[in-house]
Order: sequence, then C-alpha cells, then structure tokens
Amino acid sequence: MSLFDYKVSDLHELLHKRELKVSDLVDESYKRIAQVEDKVQAFLTLDEERARLTAKSLDEKLNTDVTKGLLFGMPIGLKDNMVTKGLRTTCASKILENFDPIYDATVVQKLQQAETVTIGKLNMDEFAMGSSNENSRFQKTRNPWNLETVPGGSSGGSAASVAAGEVLFSLGSDTGGSIRQPAAFCGVVGLKPTYGRVSRFGLVAFASSLDQIGPITRTVEDNAYLLQAISGLDPMDSTSAPVEVPNFASALTGDVKGLKIAVPKEYLGEGVSESVRQSVLDALKVLEGLGAVWEEVSLPHSKYALATYYLLSSSEASANLARFDGVRYGYRAPDAESLMELYKKTRAEGFGEEVKRRIMLGTFALSSGYYDAYYKKAQQARTLIKKDFEDVFEKYDVIVGPTTPTPAFKIGEKIDDPLTMYVNDILTIPLNLAGLPGISVPCGFDGGLPLGLQIIGKHFDEATVYRTAHAFEQATDFHKQKPRL
Amino acid sequence: MSRISTDQVKHVANLARLAVSEEEVEKFTKQLDAIISFAEQLNELDTENVEPTYHVLDLKNVLREDIPKQGLPREEVLKNAPEHQDGQIKVPSILGE
Repeated sequence: MSLFDYKVSDLHELLHKRELKVSDLVDESYKRIAQVEDKVQAFLTLDEERARLTAKSLDEKLNTDVTKGLLFGMPIGLKDNMVTKGLRTTCASKILENFDPIYDATVVQKLQQAETVTIGKLNMDEFAMGSSNENSRFQKTRNPWNLETVPGGSSGGSAASVAAGEVLFSLGSDTGGSIRQPAAFCGVVGLKPTYGRVSRFGLVAFASSLDQIGPITRTVEDNAYLLQAISGLDPMDSTSAPVEVPNFASALTGDVKGLKIAVPKEYLGEGVSESVRQSVLDALKVLEGLGAVWEEVSLPHSKYALATYYLLSSSEASANLARFDGVRYGYRAPDAESLMELYKKTRAEGFGEEVKRRIMLGTFALSSGYYDAYYKKAQQARTLIKKDFEDVFEKYDVIVGPTTPTPAFKIGEKIDDPLTMYVNDILTIPLNLAGLPGISVPCGFDGGLPLGLQIIGKHFDEATVYRTAHAFEQATDFHKQKPRL
Repeated sequence: MSRISTDQVKHVANLARLAVSEEEVEKFTKQLDAIISFAEQLNELDTENVEPTYHVLDLKNVLREDIPKQGLPREEVLKNAPEHQDGQIKVPSILGE
C-alpha cells in the first residue's frame, strides 16, 4: 500500500488532521523513486534538497491556522519542457543539456501558489516530438506495466512516474496526443484541456497553435483538482482564453442520464486492434447502463488529420526552434569560424534526428514555392476537420472512442520508420487541430497492457468530459489495477 | 517519381541553418519524400472556398496597457550565454574577410 493509492482529498484530510506530514509524502516519493527508478527511468532531474526544504516549511505551516488549499503538500512531477527557475530544464535535448532557467512557467507559479512540492523533472521525447520517449537524448523511460514496452510519448516520463507511484501526479503537455497516449499506455488518467485553458508561458514551444499543458493523475477527481489549480487567463500568454474557469470537481456527480454520446465510425475502423475496439464497445455498454445514449456518427475528414498535423506542427516547430542558435543560451558548437558556421554546427550537433527531420519538413512546407501547396492547404484542411466536430457537437454532448489504435508497443519496434510511428497518434491528433478538450481514462487490458478510453468535449466544456469519465471510472475498476514492479 | 531532390534537401537545410552530411542528405531525401507523398493525399480535398484556420480561438488583437516594467537582470540573462564579455553576448565575427 502506497500513500499514492490515496486520492488528493484523502491525503488532504490526513494532513489537516495532522495524521500525516508533508515530509511523509515527500519521503514516500523519494523512497519509491529509489526502489523503482532504475527500472522505470522516468526522471531526468531530481530536486530532492529543495523538495525536502519546502516540505519542512510546509510542515511548519501545517501547525498553524493558515488556510491550506486542497493541493497543499502534494508531491508533483513536471515534464521537462516547463521552465523552472534554478532547476535544469532540458526538453530532453543536448541543446539545452545545461540550461538553467531564470524564471518559472506560469503553471509552475500557480503550483507554488497551491503549495505543491516539485519532486523533479520528467523525461520526454526531445522537444516533445515523438510517441515513445525513444527520442529523448538522455534515456529511455520504460512502461511500468512491462519494461520491454514504451510508456508512450511525448509525456512518457509524466505518465510512467504516476503509474509507478513515484509521484502523486504530474503535468504533461499535448500537441498531438502527448498527454493522452502515454496516459492510455500507462493506465492512468490524462487530460488535454481546451486550447487556451492553461497558459503556455514558460512551456518551451513546439507547435504554438496546438500545444497545451494538462494533468496526469491516477483518478478523474484528482485530475479535475489539478486542472483547477493551473487554469486561467494569463497576461503573459495572449492565447490564453478570457473565459471563466468553472469548478471542475462539482461536475463529478456520477450522473450521465440522458447524456448524448457520439461514436465516430472512423475511430473504430481500419488499424484499430480488436482488443481496443472491444474495450470501447464494452465501455459504451457501461455508460449505457448508467443512462447515457450513444449513436454512431461520421467525422469524414479524420483520415486527413495526420497529414495536416505533420505539415502544420512541423512548420510551427521550424519557426519556434529557430531560437536555438548557440548564442544566448544552450549548447554552442566549439571552433566555429563564422556566425553562420556557429549556427549550423550548433544545431546539427545539438538536435537529435527526429527534431531535425521535423525542422526540415517544416522549413520545406514554409519555403517559397511550396507554401500554398503544403502549409496553406493544411490550414484549409484544418478548417474542414474542425467543422466535422462542430457538426457533431450540434447534436451530441461528448464524442467517445479509443485513445490509441493498439496497446503500448515494444521498445525499438517503430523507431526506424517515422510514418509508422506517426500513425500511432491518429486518434488523438484531430482534437489538437480543433482545439478541443479530451481525456484518456483506463478502460481495459490487452496482454497485461492498459488500454485507454478517449472522451472528447466541446470547447471549454472540460466539465462534461470529467463528468462522463468519472461516471465510467466509478462503474469500473480498471483504475484500481497497479503494475507490479 | 521523386518529389524532392538532394539539391532541394541541401537548400532546405541551409534555410534551416542545419549542417548536414552527404549521408544525412540521402536519408532526409528519402524520408521527406515519403512524408510529403503521404501528405499529398490532402490534394483530394476541395478547398476552393475554405478559409485557412491559423488559430482555433476567436481571439483578435489582444492588447494590453503599455506600462514600463523592469526587465530581467543582466547577470541573470548572461548566466546561460555560452560566451560573454563586458556584459555582452559574444559571437564569432559576422563580417567576411
């Protein structure tokens, strides 16, 4: 039994009654890391000294009457693409290997206000480009359910650390599925919020029109609490949305009577494994049993989402990653004779293969003579994909399907063929293109590996997504299973 | 038919400020060709009167008051610079011979 088998609300109560100290939670975290980290390899940097100091000062506060928020004292892990002042932030790239940020990302500041304790920074695919964590320049995180398989990506460390009980919860980022896919592979709950719900200030940008930070947790309830803490308009991010943040936890009523669910036929079609299809059909029966109704619908432009995504995300990445030039921060190649040579050598040595491939693709799609044929065409396709969702949401409350076409694959299985690897994200990408919120919740197992159910909502309607996910979770016990490590 | 040539790959690498070996040029040519061939399925779509989506939110011209604020301290900013001298970031000569 681990402390992290308790929900946030239970731990909060134990702290409140002084039956537990923040130091106990932090001890639990580092103790578990010492036990399993050589197998899981989720962390790139630990912040142990500072975490213990923070725990100590929070414990002093525990003995006073000062109001403590719900997340007070909770140990959290952060994907290593959110900048943390005085704590190395690498994006799992050689080009930022020794980067020591001089400010905190907005989400990090918000967590400080909520008085969580940062345990360390988590592994990812380099610059969040990848679906397996194999593109990290430093280490390969493993799936706690089967150490031969990938944890998914790019937030693989974020999902694996929660599944392995190393932290209570974590933050990941999602550009084309990078929270939901690893959450599905690792049997935990991961939500990509509506684009604009959470500030991106201090999130190292991959594709600015798609990126969004979100929570990875063991339960839907904890997920709602963590999202609550990080949401909201931020003057430092002009694309954060000026909309009210509702109380997400109050949506967790367990009541889905009359909920109208759309199931896109394209999400259960070709390429989706039988076990995945069956788990989704079983999940729909569970929801039906709770009073929801579902119908098959069509999102006719789904098949174009993958090509659209790779053109747009790579184009945006090629612009965003231009800042890594060896001048102001990060790695600088030695012995360059001219500024041009400095740029070229620094970037050639600093970036890994997948990052270079996407910079090349993006630069090509934006280059003179090709812009209209590729970049603009993809922007128009994006409009059609977004319209598909708008049409369905006129009649339905949520869209339900699988998170991934298959359970986690073996390490090394897909790394040599970029296109095969990309196909893995085919069910998660359309949401990012449309800016919609989506969650992955555990819904079954295949050969001992977890499967994820994806629930998609309308813009800024995370509440209904949570309500559906929570009702399903409470009616099943997939989330109670734990990997044996 | 190949959609992309080795010369194009070298041109793009130069635009992207990436030094590439002959071996990498070969590899990127093949891989980009495969990805771009795949992407050409978008040509099946009639996008004649379709507006491009640059951004999913209906936000336009987000403005704020122009209030002067303290910037980051110079020592802090220089902390991560690979080379600096006299409070300034140093780079190799930018003027040719």
